[in-house]
Formats: sequence, structure tokens, C-alpha cells
Amino acid sequence: MAFEPILLRNAGNPAVHEVSGYRKAGGYEALSKALAMEPEEIIDAVKASGLRGRGGAGFPAGLKWSFIPKGSEKAKYLVCNADESEPGTFKDRILIETDPHQLIEGCAICCYAVGASTCYVYIRGEYVAPALTLERAIADAYEHGLLGEDVLGSGFALDMRVHRGAGAYICGEETGMLESLEGRRGQPRIKPPFPAIVGAFAAPTVINNVETLCNVPHIIGRGAEWFKSLGTDERNTGPKVYCISGHVERPGVYEYPIGVTLDDLIAAAGGMYRGRALKAYIPGGASAAILSDEQSGLPMDFDSLAQAGSMLGSAAVVVMDETTCLVRATLRLAKFFAHESCGQCTPCREGTNWSEMILARLEDGRGSESDIDLLQRITTNMSGTALCALADACVGPVRSLVTNFRPEVMQHVEQGCCPLPRQSIFEPGAVS
Amino acid sequence: MSESARHGDGLPREAKRAIDELRPHYPTTEALLLPALHIAQRHWGGWLPDEAISAVARELDLAESKVYGVVTFYDLFHQHPVGRHRIRVCTNLSCTLRGGEEILHAVRRHLKVDENEVTADGRCSFVHFECLGACEQAPMMMIGDRYHGDLTPRRAVEILEGLD
Repeated sequence: MAFEPILLRNAGNPAVHEVSGYRKAGGYEALSKALAMEPEEIIDAVKASGLRGRGGAGFPAGLKWSFIPKGSEKAKYLVCNADESEPGTFKDRILIETDPHQLIEGCAICCYAVGASTCYVYIRGEYVAPALTLERAIADAYEHGLLGEDVLGSGFALDMRVHRGAGAYICGEETGMLESLEGRRGQPRIKPPFPAIVGAFAAPTVINNVETLCNVPHIIGRGAEWFKSLGTDERNTGPKVYCISGHVERPGVYEYPIGVTLDDLIAAAGGMYRGRALKAYIPGGASAAILSDEQSGLPMDFDSLAQAGSMLGSAAVVVMDETTCLVRATLRLAKFFAHESCGQCTPCREGTNWSEMILARLEDGRGSESDIDLLQRITTNMSGTALCALADACVGPVRSLVTNFRPEVMQHVEQGCCPLPRQSIFEPGAVS
Repeated sequence: MSESARHGDGLPREAKRAIDELRPHYPTTEALLLPALHIAQRHWGGWLPDEAISAVARELDLAESKVYGVVTFYDLFHQHPVGRHRIRVCTNLSCTLRGGEEILHAVRRHLKVDENEVTADGRCSFVHFECLGACEQAPMMMIGDRYHGDLTPRRAVEILEGLD
């Protein structure tokens, strides 16, 4: 599939790490254009583009911006979510490493539109090199008057800081992130109030994902109509950076109009690993329900995947071939959620741990058929009963395992062991 | 503990300076806690002994109990000594599908210590880790601040052998 990349258009051009190189590639023209517009016009353009959040929830970005109270003299904030911790996701790291000024420009336009004078980029603590890349780009942007007291002579002031996390998945949840930014344990807050009213430091706050903000300069530069011309339909618009990993020949990021199929992505990624057959896939990160090979022709957009009982999430596509044991794969994800549950809400703290324990005994061949029903019941009790979406995130893969792949789970029970024993993926010479 | 860490009330002068530079950029002192802990941990050789936690609490005028609460919440803050090279092997799904657990075994076999232990020479310690956001390089590991991808067990051991 041929598609001229938009968000990744500067891949392979390291000159864009500096303001001069980024400008040569057309960068910061959208910011100049935005500063000549009324803030309200920018919000309208983003609304009209149909841009939906690329972090996982798919909330309309323009609508989110419009919730920020207008005319108030109170400080307002933009917090850019670069916590990227959803297993299978690496697009935000690559967007920052490839083109840091694209993100800075998107943040600056957002801040001008909502009247924020401070932007924190909350980046996961493990991303040390990307954080440095971004800090250098921010310093360069200050030197060129693109940030600071008087952005491009417009009178608009903006301070931008990179704020490092310290290793906690839950800080990717927007209110967990705010708690962490304020110097506390990253335990999500009760909503309402929503961050647009009471966010960072009790002030109105927009929280947007890296990729969401990277789209903004292109919407301002090329217009909402152009943006809407890409994608499946009116509700699923624009370019999308898909992360594909697991059993494909060339894992990586692939940018297409939103709504390509898994088959398209596997073809782009060089086909299935060692020519093996597809068994199942996760379309949107660890929190998404696992889909089977028969569902590989679905458009990978927000609504099509939701209708299929899964989600686009962060578009982290994990491909699993015929050698994969789905009980073991789901166990690995449940273990992750049990480790990352912040412990605040009982259904999540208990439910993620019990999911892990029950899956472990099923995988070992010590489980019974009633365990499968127990898993089903636990997921029902975890659904929608906690403060944030982490419990539901664990429910995604676990419930899909017991509903979509029950025969494979039953094989574990009947045979008293895993029917797909572990085998080494490496050639003998690569092992020792 | 690094030499620079041994003076004043525990927090080295450079660390204090680094924290002071951040102050104007945050509306509350409490918000400096994560950056301050990162700075302190660097000065204390990769972990946070009790004296480091007390020093940060005093510097930011926060209760020690509050600082302990934060330190224990986050995976990147350590309350026990770590090796000079801190190794994190990703074993989440995308890496596991590409042999991540074998990388973990190879690292364990080579270092002859268990997770969270430090080799007798103080050089290395390792842990298995959740997704590090580099699944395109699976299987991968992180040593110090650097990512190493497209590993095989043999390649992982070669990298460990090449560490100073």
C-alpha cells in the first residue's frame, strides 16, 4: 500500500532535530498561521477535522479543548502524555526521536488555542534518550523565539518542560499522571471534576497524547477538510501510526490512513515471521480484546474494532502465529496488570491478581473447567467498578480468551498440560 | 555513594543546584519530588538509601513518610544497592513472543546471580521488566539508560561481556 507519510514524513532526515532543518522541511509554518488566528478558530478546525485521541480512548481532541473555561485569568496547563507504557506501543517514542519539533509545534498551537502558558511533557522514566532529544529541541526552540516570553513576536508566552516519570503504567492514565506530576503516587482521581476544570495544580488542564498533538500542525497547515479525506469515515479520520510487533518479519511503525486492515499491516511488515500462519492478534495494546485470524480483514479504526468487541487503543498491534499459546500470552498480560494495578480499588487489586493466579494454573495444566467460568465471573465484577480503566484493561484480553478461545483453554484442562510447549525461537548457534 | 554526595546535610551541592534550577518552572515544591529523587538517585550511585530520602524530604520540606510513599510506588526508584550497570530485560508479550525469556535466562546464567542481587564485583544487577516501549527491537533489554535490541542469547552475553 503506497501512502506518503505525514507524521513520519521526516524520518531519515536528522536535520529536523534542529529548528533550522525543521523549518526547511516546512515546519513552524502552522504555528505562525495559528498565531494569526483566533484561538476559537483553531479549536473549531480541530473539531471539524474529527481528530480523536491517539493515546487509547479516542476522545475527540477539539471537544476536549473546548471544555477549558474561556476568559478566566487562572493559569491553564497542557500536559502532553508521553508516558507510553501500553505493552506493544512504541510510536510516541519514535515520533519524538524522529521529529521532536513536530511535537513542540503541536503543543504550542494547542496551548495558544486553549490559553495555556505552561506545557509539561510527561515522559516515561525509561525514555532517557528521547527525553534528551526533546529537551535539546526545546532549548533550540527557546533560542529561536518559538517558546518563551513572546512566541514569534505574538505576545503569547509559553514555558515548556520535560517531566520524567519513574516507572508506573498507571501514570499514563490522565489523572494518575496529574498526581504523579504534582509529586505524588500515581493513583487516579475520582472524576468528576474532570481535568479540563480541575486538572494539574487544581487548574484547567488539557491532557493529550504525543501522536494526537503531532497531528495538530498538519490540521492547521492543510485544513480540516484534507484531514477528513483520510480514513474510514467521518468518525475515523486522519493518518495513524500503527505499531506492529510479535510474529512478523519486520516489526516497526507503519503510517497509513486510519482504517487499514491487519492483512495490510502484515504485508507492509514483510509478512508473517518465517512464513508461519496467523493465529490471533491484539489490535490495540495489552488492554484490547484478542481477535482471531478470521478477523484479520477488519478496518483498524476506532468504531470497527469496538464493534468487533475489541479496540484500536494505542494501535499497538501484536501478531501471534500458530506456535503461540494464547493462555500463556494472556497470562503474561494479566501478570502485567496485576503488577501495575495501583491498589486503590478492590475489584482491580484483587481481580488482576486472581486473573493471573487462575491463568497460571490453567497454563500449568492444574486448572479445571470451573476456573474458566470463574475467570468469566471475575471479569464481570471488575468491569466498570473501579476509579480508572486499568481493571477494564485487564478484562480486555482475559475475557476475550475465555469467550473467543475457550476450546484452547479447555485443551489445557483436558490434557493436564499446555498443548503448545515452549520452543526456542533462536537458531542453535545464537544461543550460547 | 559518590564522593560528591558527602557534604552538607546529605544532599550534594550540585544536586541542590539542579533542584533549585527547576523551582521556577513548577507552581508547588511538591511537584519537584520526582525530579529531585531522580537527581538524588544519580548522586547516590543508582539507589536511594535512607539518608538520600531524608535529604530530599528536608530539601523540599516534605514529610519523610510522604517521600517513602512515593519512592515505593515507582519501579525506577530503588531502596537497595544496584550494580554499576543496571540491566532490565523486557519480558512483556512482544518480547516474549521473540524469545525474551531466553534472554532473561541467558543473563541470569552469565551473571550467576538472581534478580535484584548484585554481582560480587559490584558491576551488574538485573531484573525482568515490563514493556520498555521498544517492541520493534524485540527481544530487547536496557542497560543503564541505553536500549539494546534485536538480541539473541549469545548477543546479550556479548554485550554483558563488553561492559566495563
